[in-house]
Amino acid sequence: MSTPSAIDIRNLKFRYPNVATNVLDIPELSIKQGQSVFLAGPSGSGKTTLLGIITGILSNHEGSLEILGIKLSELSSSNRDRFRGAYLGYIFQMFNLIPYLSVSENISLPCYLNPERQARLKTSLNEQIQYLAKHLEISGLLDKPVLELSVGQQQRVAAARALVGQPPLVIADEPTSALDTDLRQKFIELLMSETKRNNQTLLFVSHDVSLKPMFEISLALPQINKANA
Amino acid sequence: MTRYLLFLARKSLMNRRLTCGLTVLSIALSVMLFVGVERVRQGARLSFAGTISQTDLIVGARGGPIQLLLYSVFRIGSPTGNISYESYDDIRTHPSIAWTIPYSLGDSHRGFRVVGTNDSFYEHYRYRGGQNIRFEHGDRPKEVLQTVVGADVAAALDYKIGDKIILAHGISDTGVSFQNHDDKPFQVSGILAKTNTPIDRSVYVSLQAIEAIHTGWEDGAPPIATLSATDREGITIPEQNLEPKQITTFLVGLHNRIDVLNLQRFISEYEGEPLTAIIPGVALSELWQGLSYAEIGLGIISFFVVLVGLMGMLVSIYISLNERRREMSILRSMGASGKHIFGLLLFESTFLSIAGMMVGIALLYAALLVFRPIIESNFGLTIPIHMLSGREWLYLLIVLSLSVILGLIPARQAYRNTLQDGLMIKL
Repeated sequence: MSTPSAIDIRNLKFRYPNVATNVLDIPELSIKQGQSVFLAGPSGSGKTTLLGIITGILSNHEGSLEILGIKLSELSSSNRDRFRGAYLGYIFQMFNLIPYLSVSENISLPCYLNPERQARLKTSLNEQIQYLAKHLEISGLLDKPVLELSVGQQQRVAAARALVGQPPLVIADEPTSALDTDLRQKFIELLMSETKRNNQTLLFVSHDVSLKPMFEISLALPQINKANA
Repeated sequence: MTRYLLFLARKSLMNRRLTCGLTVLSIALSVMLFVGVERVRQGARLSFAGTISQTDLIVGARGGPIQLLLYSVFRIGSPTGNISYESYDDIRTHPSIAWTIPYSLGDSHRGFRVVGTNDSFYEHYRYRGGQNIRFEHGDRPKEVLQTVVGADVAAALDYKIGDKIILAHGISDTGVSFQNHDDKPFQVSGILAKTNTPIDRSVYVSLQAIEAIHTGWEDGAPPIATLSATDREGITIPEQNLEPKQITTFLVGLHNRIDVLNLQRFISEYEGEPLTAIIPGVALSELWQGLSYAEIGLGIISFFVVLVGLMGMLVSIYISLNERRREMSILRSMGASGKHIFGLLLFESTFLSIAGMMVGIALLYAALLVFRPIIESNFGLTIPIHMLSGREWLYLLIVLSLSVILGLIPARQAYRNTLQDGLMIKL
């Protein structure tokens, strides 16, 4: 074994309750730790379902699934929640932030919700927030209400929140679809440089294949998922 | 972790402070009404029980205890019969009796009852925890044809000291009378201070006066007028002819309360004539029990008001859930479990209802401080201001439990939403 796997899937099959056909049927998917991966997933390809399974929100799948060497199906649901909070950073497509919290309160949220994530910090939480804000170019916004931010600024705050406490696996679900082309490029570069610096795995899901060249590895869900074939 | 969830809940509530404030206000108003009705009930009960105090027994002709209480204390309904003055004279010398107040009822004045009594009434009558009869103006009657009127009578008929009034024969609550004692007009000698009891709604004369105005009425009809109107002025009535022959009822005060039951038995078994003696407190609570349906009705209404207030809270939280699905999914993505979301919502409803209760109680006390004197002087209802009673705490506990139970509904919905939505944010 050279590099440990961030995501290791073998013969994964999943279907929703009361539905006869499988949504997912993935014979194999392996992502090594520290890689930046582009996963092309047009709508209807099972993208949301796959992310639900990887984050442990959807359970009861067939086959084997290991995230960071841990079999999620063997964890209780509360332990899956804890695992997700401690080891995964997640960025949504848009409307990522809690509207009633300030920028810095939004960024610190995962650390308060997950003691393990806070324990992983090498510096104080405040210094970590300052550090991320500096790198993501949102230093001047920390005390602002999030609703005063532009969409591009909001996405960088969301990135800071996903990166705080250095979770080994960062998942971004269409994070750039609300951004225009210039910002898109910039956002991915920032995200990429931060995850690289800490050897975090980045799983970037998008239907926009033009972004593919920016990543080390590129996968296409319709090819991996045999359920629709 | 719990502390952080509380922080989030607080922030979230602050963010929706207008709608949450309105929810708190609606709960507050319903709690205020709920506890307020309880206070009015207590006040009504106290005022009712305080209509007469320090009287140990009420004695009347044999009859029902409630009826005796009604005509002797509340001046409602007709007496069942009279007591001969000999019997009264005999009983009042009983060694355990400290004082008696005789009442002679049966006449009226423009809808108000006329009570024949003696000085003992002004000396010994007590109401509401031992307050005695006071005069607003004037004094007790010094002559036979003088009268004292209650505060309501004076206010309603605009009587002043020295006014001449004419009593009517028989009890007429409508004020319409066909047989008047107009041969013997009375002069108002005193006006009583307001007591907020039936005392205010009566006209008081001496027992001798009752006897005097009925002189010549022994056959039940007015005497043939032999005196001209001018002759009636300055009429003097020889005292010796005016020994009362009968009274209607009398109140008894004892030296020692321990003797109440003995004396009650003595009077009930009195050989001279059939009499009934009642203990006012017992009869009053019996009567109150009879009126309890009104009390229960009020209680039911205010309970439903609370329920409506809580339903308002349920609706406002429930509506907010849809707007907050996104927020819930974000929290889920960061490791918050379905249970955390459930707890967050349950905390919110509990907090809103506790805040509502606290505001409601504060408003109630503020309202009591402001309106108590007004209610007291206008309605004779003294609403007690005291710390929350055990019963009121119980009410609040019921409201809290209800709010927690109702809060489970949106909490469960939020929990289900998070399971259904997962990380997929519904826009």
